[in-house]
Amino acid sequence: MDFLSWMAWTWPTAFFFIFIFSSIAAMGVWEYYVPGSDPRHGIFGLDTTRGDRLFITLLGSAFIFLAWLGIFGVPLWGGLIVSLIWAFVVFRWV
Amino acid sequence: MSSKTVNQNAWWLVLPVFIMVAFNALIPLMTVVNYSVQESFGNNEFFWSGTIWFEQLLEDDQFRSSLLRQISFTSIVLFIQVPLGLGIALCMPRKGPWVSVCLVLMALPLLVPWNVVGSMWNIMALPDIGLLGKGLNALGIPFNYTRQPISAWFTVVLMDVWHWTSLVVLLCYAGLVSIPDAYYQAAKVDGAKPWAVFRFIQLPKLKHVLTIAILLRFMDSFMIYTEVIVLTGGGPGSATKFLSIDLVQKALGGFDLGPAAAMSIVYFLIILLTSWLFYTLMMRNEAQ
Repeated sequence: MDFLSWMAWTWPTAFFFIFIFSSIAAMGVWEYYVPGSDPRHGIFGLDTTRGDRLFITLLGSAFIFLAWLGIFGVPLWGGLIVSLIWAFVVFRWV
Repeated sequence: MSSKTVNQNAWWLVLPVFIMVAFNALIPLMTVVNYSVQESFGNNEFFWSGTIWFEQLLEDDQFRSSLLRQISFTSIVLFIQVPLGLGIALCMPRKGPWVSVCLVLMALPLLVPWNVVGSMWNIMALPDIGLLGKGLNALGIPFNYTRQPISAWFTVVLMDVWHWTSLVVLLCYAGLVSIPDAYYQAAKVDGAKPWAVFRFIQLPKLKHVLTIAILLRFMDSFMIYTEVIVLTGGGPGSATKFLSIDLVQKALGGFDLGPAAAMSIVYFLIILLTSWLFYTLMMRNEAQ
């Protein structure tokens, strides 16, 4: 694995990317078996598909974690809980 | 024979682009994420440091100041370049021999390499020999971009406007010439004034190109580096030290890969969020 050493992989960052790619793959499988049909008009006044909602969830979570880190510092479990609530809200109502 | 009416095989054509994007964007981005949670002393050795670089960055006054400067710069150039570019495009001829002349003149600044633009304006703004600097001083306006922050900002903004307004002009012009004559004829029949033609025909029809123009200008101006580093080097003091300059000084100057990677990620997230918001808000009424 020497050719990858410059990328300085660690298990936590590897899991982070595995999680993101798995989420995208899972969305693909979900869409294949249960098509999400047309975009939905949500509470922010935006028309979003499932893919849009995943993007909003991930981008929002990044800022939630940064805000948590800036305000409360480590550990980040609180940020994780807020992000999960954010994900639920986005997928349910946005 | 397949009974499917929709053929999905065209997705394979996306594969080369996907591989290219993976190599020039995805892999570097992954590497930056890896660096952002580690400390390196060179020799390709890394040590886990957790979220410490992000914590430091969020408390860093220098980062906040460069972010504020960056936001101010981008806002100023967008407020100048978009209306100015649209205005110039509206004034340009649509037919006749002058079309090519105008288009070539407009495209010229875009063809100049960024470091050359910086050098040109550096020389032009010199207070003792430059046309701009000496001219302003001769008019009694004290101007020295190497000492006065306001002069430095004025020069940097003027340089960016000179370099990039053409892009907005060309995009708007392309949008304007694609509006069918029938719209103008209908407006003439209704006795519409020029303002009404602009407000109800040209502006709505230019929505897509203006979105692209604003997005491109936002992203480019938010990442500006070469022109400013050649022109002012981030000075005087830190007056024109934008995010990218701060980032390069951290990453290459200090070889602080961890803090620079953390800063890159926050920088990337800000650009991603703002571009997405711009795009979504401007395209919001599209489906309605």
